[in-house]
Amino acid sequence: MKDSSQTIYQALKNAGINFVVSLPCVNLGKLMEMVECDIDVIHVPVNREEEGFGICAGAYLGGKKTAILMQNSGLGNSVNVLASLYKLYKIPIIMIISHRGTEGEFMNAQVPMGEATTGVLDALEITYFNPKTPEDALKLISKAVTHADMESVPVGILLEISFW
Amino acid sequence: MERIEAIQKITEQLNDELIICNIGFPSRELYAVKDSPNNFYMLGSMGMASSIGLGLALAQKRRVVVLDGDGSLLMNLGSLVTIFNQKPNNLILVILDNGCYGSTGSQCSYASTVNLSRVAEAVGFKNLFLFWNEIDFSEILNINESIFVHVKVEKGNADVPVIDIEPEDIKSRFIEEVKGR
Repeated sequence: MKDSSQTIYQALKNAGINFVVSLPCVNLGKLMEMVECDIDVIHVPVNREEEGFGICAGAYLGGKKTAILMQNSGLGNSVNVLASLYKLYKIPIIMIISHRGTEGEFMNAQVPMGEATTGVLDALEITYFNPKTPEDALKLISKAVTHADMESVPVGILLEISFW
Repeated sequence: MERIEAIQKITEQLNDELIICNIGFPSRELYAVKDSPNNFYMLGSMGMASSIGLGLALAQKRRVVVLDGDGSLLMNLGSLVTIFNQKPNNLILVILDNGCYGSTGSQCSYASTVNLSRVAEAVGFKNLFLFWNEIDFSEILNINESIFVHVKVEKGNADVPVIDIEPEDIKSRFIEEVKGR
């Protein structure tokens, strides 16, 4: 089986993503390092996911193809910006989401937001994919980017604990 | 100085800078003073002006002016820290500070007790400007670093119409303007 972080990185590169904002999750550590080391990608670590969405919207206006690396908890911090900036103006972005609180979670505290995550995405009418293996991810991220570009919308990639 | 006066004085001194303008009356006032494809009017996502400006500044070379407010900056104060660390050399962050939430009925914000210039200074901003009456951008436009401009304005909004451009059109014409150079 392919390395999970390497595969996500490769899929983002294949799709032409050249501007990435991030907040850490234990599962995103390796991917963040790869993005940071890539001189062809602008990487902006942020303090809060909502801010990251703002920065990516600006980068999109400036001609970049953007992605955010975040934990699902950050989705809760970003509901308004997704609705009243991304949906209102029709702005694309790829959301690489470490989906905590799913099967295998060791912290009970992660479970409530973990369970709420798909409901929040559904309420915002955001399309999301749920790859189970790196091979899956390679295909689905390509599909997600095409959808985001064609429709000018955010698309989520939910990566559960078992994915990593 | 009324906020619309401040916006007028600033835009008169700009050349072809890109402007990201805060939600509510500030955008309506900018629209009334001088509409342009260079202007991105925010119609939602309060707090995001400085972040949108940072992303735009990092993504391309043209100079970006953010017209933000005190309440809006306080909603996303971490943005100052990110801007300071990213150090774009083409970003001017203007805070039109009326010490209140002007678009919702002028309820006081904490900017009435906390000096936002000193917050920016504590974060590490080296280029700080404070204006009360006159606004002079001549020195500002010669600095190629991130700049924090604090403009104190009176409470209240000008009697100006709503922006009659669809959000998607605000976006599209702005993108075309950025691409065109």
